Formats: sequence, structure tokens, C-alpha cells
Amino acid sequence: MNAIPDGRAREAAVLAQGVSRWFTDTRRQRHQDGSDAPAGPRRVVALDRVSLEVQPGELFGLLGPNGAGKSTLIKILSTLLLPSEGTVRVAGYDVVRQAHQVRRRINMVSGGETVGYGILTVRETLWMFSQFYGLANGPALKMIDEYLETFGLADNAHTRVNKLSTGMRQKMNFIRGLLNDPDVLFLDEPTLGLDVQTARIIRDFIRDWMRRRPGRTVLLTTHYMAEAEELCDRIAIIDRGRILACDTPDGLKRRVQSHSVFRIEAARLDAPPEADGRWPGIERISWEPHPATGRTRITVIAADDAAVTPLLADLRERGADIIHLSKVEPTLEDVFLQVVGRGLGEHSGA
Amino acid sequence: MLEELERNLRAVRARAYVRVVGTFRELSWVAFEIAMPLLSVGAYVFLYRALGAPERYIGYVLLGGAMTAYWLNVLWSMASQFYWEKQSGQLEIFFITPVSRMSILAGMAAGGMFMSTARALGTLVLGSWLFGVQYRMEGIWAGLGIFLLTLAALYGLGMVGASLFMMYGREAWHTANLLQEPIYLLSGFYFPVRALPRWLAAAAGIIPITLGLDAIRQVVFPGAVDGLLDPGLEAALLAVSCAAYFVLAHAALRKLEDLAKREGRLTLRWQ
Ligand SMILES: Nc1ncnc2c1ncn2[C@@H]1O[C@H](COP(=O)(O)OP(=O)(O)OP(=O)(O)O)[C@@H](O)[C@H]1O
Ligand SMILES: [Mg+2]
Repeated sequence: MNAIPDGRAREAAVLAQGVSRWFTDTRRQRHQDGSDAPAGPRRVVALDRVSLEVQPGELFGLLGPNGAGKSTLIKILSTLLLPSEGTVRVAGYDVVRQAHQVRRRINMVSGGETVGYGILTVRETLWMFSQFYGLANGPALKMIDEYLETFGLADNAHTRVNKLSTGMRQKMNFIRGLLNDPDVLFLDEPTLGLDVQTARIIRDFIRDWMRRRPGRTVLLTTHYMAEAEELCDRIAIIDRGRILACDTPDGLKRRVQSHSVFRIEAARLDAPPEADGRWPGIERISWEPHPATGRTRITVIAADDAAVTPLLADLRERGADIIHLSKVEPTLEDVFLQVVGRGLGEHSGA
Repeated sequence: MLEELERNLRAVRARAYVRVVGTFRELSWVAFEIAMPLLSVGAYVFLYRALGAPERYIGYVLLGGAMTAYWLNVLWSMASQFYWEKQSGQLEIFFITPVSRMSILAGMAAGGMFMSTARALGTLVLGSWLFGVQYRMEGIWAGLGIFLLTLAALYGLGMVGASLFMMYGREAWHTANLLQEPIYLLSGFYFPVRALPRWLAAAAGIIPITLGLDAIRQVVFPGAVDGLLDPGLEAALLAVSCAAYFVLAHAALRKLEDLAKREGRLTLRWQ
């Protein structure tokens, strides 16, 4: 093997330049009018000229709603999918032309993934994957046992994979992602569908792992705001294939700090009114109805405090009760609303 | 270089180990899989006896019955395997590892061969005893050699199949099912393939089992005069197809993986 040239150490862990990816969707299209005559292939743009640079040692988050293109980007970075255009380097190598070099230095874990063969035990499964990275048996099993201990899975080392709960399986899969001690670890919604404790264990581990292994890089996608805020050094907000903002959590919040952010809880609001320009001074507004309670949570980003008054009057006129109103410190959720134009929980309308 | 080789060998072993261990944990299936082929074999044995066919036909049928284990294994657990793994999300995990796809397939093949051999031997031994099959002892070693060539070529074909299924296998279950029975007929699992029209037998030669069975029958059963070609020639053809299938598999895996990455078909799960 060649010695690593000097420059490489300082090269970005992930460098994407102008990356686009489109898919040809050949499924039959359901037309607006309900008929489903073939409409011909449709081009779905999953990524639209994405550029980003992640430094070694960074814990970088990609935050975006469903269908934003997060997984598509991860798949390109992890050599499973080719970009339609643009160039990508991971750990100093080109993902298209030097995929093999990239693969030696990365690993990937996706949430909700089923991995392994049901008939094998946890330990056997992990051993199998360790072999794909060329680890000698002794050290591999030692490492596996240590990780099983760390994740509280030691008692299940000899349990068959098909007997594991979702949380245990996800922990096992997470351990799989660590077996080659990757330089760059891609985590695609690693805590998806996990209970609070298990998610906590995984998050704590990620932070701890980064601390103990200087120079290792994690690129994480999530649509949990709290997760992004808690873990990430920097966050890129991605929507409909485009990166709309990229900064530290504080830097992102600063974008809304000059504004007033209000949280309103209203009852008996049948349908949210059309927002566009109706209330001067209100820049963004999001409506989250809670069918269970019949209440609607409204978030407002306004130029100043006074701007919210006409909105309140309008709501009352519609017969809504204002249960609660407070001015709040902006959170990432509000940044998302400001940047994307709609709340993370809201439908894209696309 | 050496590191690369070690990693790939470890991958082969690990993937094979998984197969073997998996099967040992479901031993009841093995008993079933040894006995099942004997049912079809038995039917042919009675038929051939009733028709007064030469005694070597009993051996032909038993050998064919034992070989079904390999065909089923190649079809269901080699050729369509990448497709199943793609559906379960496992393929992505295999494909981000720095290991050659050929090694993964070779591991599956090694494990599959081992387990299928356990089945085939069971069928063969049990059937020989049940039906009183006679062998030509002088031909056993030649037969074994041809058998190994047949297996290598057959699993090579399975690897070609794996790349095709990975890319195009929408209905892998149906395709595999469709291929299963016709090959029993075309490759002459239960009768000498010479009985088929020449052109059909030649076409069936694409499946290594056709030539392999025909050649092994000629060398291990006494008085076998109903071969398609000279067994030496058949062995040579098997060696050629073995090499061809491996080269083809290697090229197809490369090409189709690239195409799959281009078209977004390596990763099926979305939304
Ligand atoms: N293989 C594919 N073929 C066709 N379209 C695809 C494919 N993979 C993704 N897409 C489309 O690309 C877009 C982005 O999908 P992607 O899975 O990257 O989103 P995501 O941000 O990961 O969303 P989620 O939060 O739901 O996981 C979606 O519109 C999706 O339908
Ligand atoms: Mg996703």
C-alpha cells in the first residue's frame, strides 16, 4: 500500500461539489383527475446541486423532512449510488473512481434496517461482518464482546437474531458499523423508531466515540430536531434536494434571533386560514393540528412583537379560543420554519 | 495485495460458515431434503423396472435425483440470493464492504456446495441401498473428477445468475420457480439426455449438469452405452464452460453493479 501523502491528512472527510441525483420514475402515475393512464417516465430530482464540506473530527448533521434527499446523499457518499452530476470525495478518495479505497475507510448504519440472518446469533452475525473487513478472529471477537458490553447486549450475545427486539437489533447493527473503526461513519436516521432509552444510549455513544477517536467523522441524517441540536457541530438543512442553510446550531439560531418567535395554542380552529401576506410583519407561520386534542399549535416568526396582534384578532374572529400564547427563544425547529418556509412536521404540499 | 487477499478469503470463509451453521440448526430439513428426491427417484425406478429397462437406468435415475440438490441450491440460494438480500436491505451492507462481490458469492457457493453434498450423499447412499444400484469401481475416480468440474461450472453459472437477478430480478420467486422443473427435463435428471432431440440436448449443455450427469453416468455405471458425447470430450467442455462462466460472472457483476448504481437499483428501499 502506498503511504498516505502528506496533504491527505488535511483533506476534507467529505467533500461534495455540485452533486445532483435524479431518478427516472417509471411507475404508473396517478393523475390529478384520478385516472391512471401511463404518463411516461417522470424525472424525480432527489438532489439538486448539493455542495458541502465536512472536516475530519466533525459531527455533521443533515436535517430535513421526508423525501428531502438525505438517504440519497448518504448512499452516494457510501458508494452505493452514483451521482448524476458533480463530484464527491470521501476520506480523500473519489467515490466513483476509487470506491474501493473509500469502502475501506467508511461504514454506514441506517435506522430500521434488518441485518443479518435470523438463524445466526448476535455474536456470529457481528463476527461475519468483521471478516468482511479482514479482522483476525481473536481481536474481532474481543472487540465485539466489548461493544456488546457497552451497549448492554452482552446477555444476548448468543441469542438468535430473529429473537431480538427492534432496539436490540438496532444496537447490533450499530455495532456492525463500528467494526472497521471507520474514518467516516454515515448514520442514516440511526435512532429511527427506537424507544427513548435506546436512542439515548446510541446518542451518548456517538458523542463519546467522537471524543475518544479524534479525527473520526460522523455524518448523520435525522428528522429529529433535538437529536441534531444535541449532537451536531454543524447542521445542514436540506429540503427537496437542496441545502438551504449550513451552520453551527447557534449560528443557525442567530438567523431568527432578530425576530420574535411566538407559540400559540388554539382550540376550535377548524381550518387554518390562508397565510400569504394576510398579516403584515409575520414572516413565517406553521400550523400543527393535533387531532387527538382538537387543538392547533401555531408557531409564528414575526418581525416584531406587535405583528402578532392582528393574527390573534383574526383567530378570535374565526371562533378560535387562544389557550396559550408565549414568546419563546428560537429553537432549531423555528430555524427550520424560517429557512424552509414550513414546519418540519408539516406536509410539503408537493 | 496480501491484505486484500486475506480479507477476501476471510469473507469467503465467513459467508460459507453462515450457510453451514444455518443448515445445521435446521437439521430436520436435511432429513426431509434427503428423503424427498428419493420419492421421484422411486417412481422412475418402478417405471424402468416395469418396462424392463437395463439395470444401469436405476443408477442413472438415482444419480440424477441426488444432483437435484445442487440445482435447487444454485437456483434458490445462489442465483437469486443477491435479490433476496437486496429486498431485505442486506445487500447494501455487503456492498459497502471492501470485499469483492465474487468472494461473497464464492462463500455462498462453498457453503451451499458443502450442504448440498451432505444431502446428495445421503440420497445416493440411501438410494443405492434401497434400490440395489451397481457401480463400476474403476470409474469412480474419473466420475469424481468430472463431478467436481460440473460443480465448479454450475456454481459459476449461479454467479452469472446472481448478477442478473440482482439487476433484473423483479419476480425472483417466479423466475426461479419457472426455471426449476424445465431443467429437470432438459438436463436429463431422470433419463439419459441422448433421448432428447440432438439440438435440444446441445442447448441443454449450457447447464453444466447436463454434460456432467451424462459423463459421470458413462464412467460409473457398467455397460453404459447411451452417452451423448465421449465423456472425455464432455469433461473438456465442462472445463471450458467453467472458465467461461467465471470470466462472465466477473464481468457481469462489474457491469451490472455499475448499471445498478447508475439507475438506483442497488438500493430498492425508498420512501
Ligand atoms: N431508487 C429510487 N428510485 C426512484 N426514486 C427514488 C429512489 N430513491 C429515492 N427516490 C426519491 O428521491 C427523493 C429523495 O428520497 P430520499 O430517500 O433521499 O429522502 P430522505 O430525505 O431520506 O427521506 P426520509 O426521511 O423519508 O428517509 C424522494 O422523492 C424519493 O422518492
Ligand atoms: Mg431516508
